[in-house]
Amino acid sequence: MKDTTLVVAGMATLAAGTYAIRLAGPALRTRMSFPPRATKLLEAAAVILLAALVATTALTEGHGFSGFARPAGVLVGGILAWRKAPFPVIVLAAAATTALLRLLGVP
Amino acid sequence: MSSIRRTLEGSVRRDIALTCLAVLFIGLSYGAIAVASGLPLWLPVVQSVFVVAGASEFLFIGIVAAGGNPIAAALAGLGVNARHLAYGLALPPEITGRGWRRFFGTHLMNDETVVFALAQPDYPRKRAAYWLCGLSLFAAWSGGATLGALIGSAVHDTNAFGLDAMFPAVILALIVPSLRDRATLRAAATGAVIALAAAPFLPAGLPVLLALAAVLLLVREHPSREQP
Repeated sequence: MKDTTLVVAGMATLAAGTYAIRLAGPALRTRMSFPPRATKLLEAAAVILLAALVATTALTEGHGFSGFARPAGVLVGGILAWRKAPFPVIVLAAAATTALLRLLGVP
Repeated sequence: MSSIRRTLEGSVRRDIALTCLAVLFIGLSYGAIAVASGLPLWLPVVQSVFVVAGASEFLFIGIVAAGGNPIAAALAGLGVNARHLAYGLALPPEITGRGWRRFFGTHLMNDETVVFALAQPDYPRKRAAYWLCGLSLFAAWSGGATLGALIGSAVHDTNAFGLDAMFPAVILALIVPSLRDRATLRAAATGAVIALAAAPFLPAGLPVLLALAAVLLLVREHPSREQP
């Protein structure tokens, strides 16, 4: 991990910023209205950030390719999630697939 | 709590309990994954208490564990949390509490509490649902994260157990309901491609932020669809 002070500063930024965002809505409500389209864009922005995180953590390690075992496990989890499998099943199936592939010698 | 019990219907309380169980599981995996990716035990624990917004916390530990800059990770997390501004505008006045309670009531605002509160037919029930869901989710999330972190620190060879695949799988499971919307799916896929293309060249954390450019797809797309 990078030096602890910087990580704590990052955590404090996230915590304080999130609190400020939560506080702002009720405070601003009397003065402005928020168009539903903007709400939809904010939600979509969150999904895009998370999808990008899924792609980079599944497929890359440092600046290179992560190997096949990890993205294969994530793919299995994704298919199960799409088919509305229960959350613990999704997560355990993803880990088990990756572990099994590594056991078989897949990088 | 007894007033909440009288105010809310049994089915609502059961739905809140099931949601908390799901959040407890996500919290467990969050704590375990954070520690398994080499972060100290206190990090997910402290963060689960002071941020209480799962997706942004996952994003934060994902970037920091990959060696990214923690401030960039915090900014990415705030991007994910920007939707709380819309939540605050949508909630009825003073539902987050008055006086000193407001400090804590504000902290409890998240996807689930807002959904449960807005689904109730009148103000007393909206308020009861907000607080019951908020307090129990807070306990489930931070308790799950702490327990998960303790379990995670007992596991040594994390790659052998495929724990590194759990992290993206958890986040994928969380966003799949939103991805059923075609336009969102297209934008998310574009964002993922942008991030992957940038990953070999940019320091960790930045490719994810760059993916936000895919929002432009949605900005451009919606008005044209509304016009016949």
